[in-house]
Amino acid sequence: MWDWTFTFEILPVLARAAIMTIEATALGFAIAATLGLVLASIRLAFPAAGVVVTVLVELIRSTPLLIQIFFLYFVLPKAGIVLDAFTAGVAAIGVHYAAYCSEVYRAGFENVPRGQWEASIALNLSPWNTFKDIILPQALPPVVPALGNYLIALFKETPLLSAIAVLELMQTAKNIGSETFRYTEPVTLVGVFFLVMSLVSAGMVRMLESWLQRR
Amino acid sequence: MNDMPMVRFENVSKRYGPLTVLDNLNLDIGRGEKVSIIGPSGSGKTTVLRMLMTLEAINDGVLWVDGEPMTHMMQNGKLVPATIKHIRRIRAKIGMVFQSFNLFPHMTAMGNCIEAPITVLGMKRSEAEERAAELLDMVGLSAKKDHYPSQLSGGQQQRVAIARALAMRPKIMLFDEVTSALDPELVGEVLQVIRKIGREHDLTMLMVTHQMGFAKEFSDRVCFFYQGKICEQGAPAEIFGNPKNERTRQFLNAVLEAG
Repeated sequence: MWDWTFTFEILPVLARAAIMTIEATALGFAIAATLGLVLASIRLAFPAAGVVVTVLVELIRSTPLLIQIFFLYFVLPKAGIVLDAFTAGVAAIGVHYAAYCSEVYRAGFENVPRGQWEASIALNLSPWNTFKDIILPQALPPVVPALGNYLIALFKETPLLSAIAVLELMQTAKNIGSETFRYTEPVTLVGVFFLVMSLVSAGMVRMLESWLQRR
Repeated sequence: MNDMPMVRFENVSKRYGPLTVLDNLNLDIGRGEKVSIIGPSGSGKTTVLRMLMTLEAINDGVLWVDGEPMTHMMQNGKLVPATIKHIRRIRAKIGMVFQSFNLFPHMTAMGNCIEAPITVLGMKRSEAEERAAELLDMVGLSAKKDHYPSQLSGGQQQRVAIARALAMRPKIMLFDEVTSALDPELVGEVLQVIRKIGREHDLTMLMVTHQMGFAKEFSDRVCFFYQGKICEQGAPAEIFGNPKNERTRQFLNAVLEAG
């Protein structure tokens, strides 16, 4: 049933693919965390523009990620924007999770008591300094666990990139399977990799959380 | 310009929807004058301070500070609504202490006192720290300068808040029920600090308070607010000793009975 020789044979290929998966996760989450903060900040600073952001966020959250990936990879070129598979995939994942992250940040901002804004006005702080020095440092720490959960969720969705043939773990496992007609080992290994990585990152998020609480 | 009062409310009204919180208020506060505002809750007394700090917009009238309009500005000889830049320039003359302290919880006592001097006044860090150290010493907290607000008692937090406001060198200080959130045994230390800055600094002070004893002993003038209007005002001895208005008498009796 399980062939250890074959397992060790495919391990290096899968390891390379795992790096691709981690790269996609890191880049995707960097986009999600940054763009999400920008979206939430726009909504905070310009309530008039907030409607546009709300519509955008709802649009992104209410359509499947797979469709968004296809859209960026297959439809955008029709408009003259050609992205390679990895870029399109990472961008789609990043933007998709940015919509979720922006809601997390928004909750963080709303959590800062009104008195903090009022004290900032009374001290005549500029809007930018109020945001950067007073509001952000209080809004971020409480939302780190929620952001961490989205990091793990995003990580687990990277196999969707196999749909546009990005050579991440899932795609590599499928390729191995179609070449050797053996699926047990590659697919199991991919599953184990995701399990281990998810558990490790969940542990790291929890450590970060308790470190933030102790501060 | 110096014959203008430090603060002038000119026909100022404030409404929330159909509710009129302040009705055509006219009030002058002289330079260096200490004025206490008393009155039942909902009488608009806190709104007076919040409008002056620009935390609430006014619906009608003009607010003058130190001889200049704050809510408006002169343009071609006419008063037009002020730009944010104009408001910030005038607002720099005013400091405020809140009922709920509103210290920045992620900064130490020292950090709270140097943030605005550095970012708003452009002071060097060393200079700001030196000045903050003096102020923290003045409020009796030099030993606590590296403590975070959560490590301080309510009275200590409020004293840091006073030092933080003074660090911006305001000409006018507003105190909004600054002892109301404190345990009774901590009220004294905060009032003592207010007494001290009233003596040692050349400040115009405007306070909303429930501490009648303090208002009587500290202020030059007491204003009794009732339903969005000044119902009666005068020297503390007059207001507390011989109130003319029936509402004032009722209010003072009720407060004194509660003790």
